[in-house]
Amino acid sequence: MAASPSIDVSYFPGCSLATTAKENNQSLIECCRKVGIQLLELADWNCCGSSSAHSIHRQIAFDLACRNLSLSPPGRPLVTACPSCTLRLKHAQHRLKNDPAARERYAGMWGRPFDADLRVRHFFGLLEEVDLERLLAASGHVRIGLNFAPYYGCMLNRPFALRSGSNYHGIMEKTLAKLGLRSLIWGHASQCCGTFLTVARPDIVTPKVNLIMQGAAESGADCIVTACAMCHMNLEVRCNLKNPVPIFHFSEILSLAFGTTRHQDWFSRHLIDPRPLLKRMGLTA
Amino acid sequence: MKDTNSTLIRLNDLDLKFSKDVKKMSGTDFHTCLQCRSCSGGCPFSEYMDYMPNGVMRLVQLGLKSEALACNTIWICVGCHTCSIQCPMAIDIAAVMDALREKALAEQVEAQEPDILNFHCEVLKSIERYGRTHKIEIMLRYKLKTRDLVSDWAVGMKMLAKRKLDLTPSRVERIGEVKKIFKE
Repeated sequence: MAASPSIDVSYFPGCSLATTAKENNQSLIECCRKVGIQLLELADWNCCGSSSAHSIHRQIAFDLACRNLSLSPPGRPLVTACPSCTLRLKHAQHRLKNDPAARERYAGMWGRPFDADLRVRHFFGLLEEVDLERLLAASGHVRIGLNFAPYYGCMLNRPFALRSGSNYHGIMEKTLAKLGLRSLIWGHASQCCGTFLTVARPDIVTPKVNLIMQGAAESGADCIVTACAMCHMNLEVRCNLKNPVPIFHFSEILSLAFGTTRHQDWFSRHLIDPRPLLKRMGLTA
Repeated sequence: MKDTNSTLIRLNDLDLKFSKDVKKMSGTDFHTCLQCRSCSGGCPFSEYMDYMPNGVMRLVQLGLKSEALACNTIWICVGCHTCSIQCPMAIDIAAVMDALREKALAEQVEAQEPDILNFHCEVLKSIERYGRTHKIEIMLRYKLKTRDLVSDWAVGMKMLAKRKLDLTPSRVERIGEVKKIFKE
């Protein structure tokens, strides 16, 4: 592993990874370390505004995203893992690139001009550029014989303004195939989990989540692997089916494949306990 | 769903300025909507909406302001962009929903889903207070506001037990910068 030089990137964890999905945060930092990417947390970052800001106050949503962009040191990409944060930051950046009035506001608020060269990148984008096979060969990785349902959720979907970007669909299948996992074809890979409706309208979210969870079980999946911490929480919290399949963060599986031993604090944080499955597969003691 | 057969469209009620405003705010041209209903077919939550997304496009085309601002659709919509992606006329329907919510608030139209609005407000207050969302406080304040402390109690306990809810907030140091955003 030491053969590849480390790349430093700025990292925007966002509120979900910093609080409710710490296991996602820790495993992301760990698997990035294994592939030679050092995540340097953006100093004093603030909430991207999430769904609530753009739902009721687009100016606040824009300003919140802009403060984060303004904090990003030059010369390094700003890497995100939460699909929702990614969308908010990229959306603000798109507006800044295309609207002189937005750039003027940015300069006025944050006291410096907008850095048009700043690259906001989802972790998946970085992963595409890594020679994973070589790294895995070098690290003597663990083969994981699981069947999984890849779940991207909806936030990697893009509004028209951001259409030229990628939605990264297929990357989890492609990457995890190299680790021995088999992806299944199912109908819910990019279905919305219900996001914030989970608080005010659980009566809407529970049936949606159950459909997703049942879809995974019916496809023969041992587990769901998700790209989104928000989806992960909604599926775990709102599913009321018996014997639901465990749900892993993509970063957890990737770290396991690299043979990490730092996972003690991850799986005990899941509401649907994945440890019996991991043990059965010989992946943890 | 609304029984549209019993609703007459009165020409005097059409507010084309409203239509223009929403077009400007959303940055998308909903006048090209063909009523193909791809949006409503794809929307994961359309069964809970009084007007389906294609219906809302018709309302804004015609300038039926009070109907568009008072429908529950704009509050049920979570902005998942499934409709925007499926629209063959490239209308960013989710952006129209954003614009309509904001307009409804500006014009003090009563939200058909007050609990959803309450939740959004609590999230924004938390961001204003700490710069980040403090989930347990958001939930408690939301529950107090909606006078419903009972439902989801078990879920909350489970999340606490699994260390998914921090008792103390994660904070931005230079909070003044965040507060400035809310003062503007």
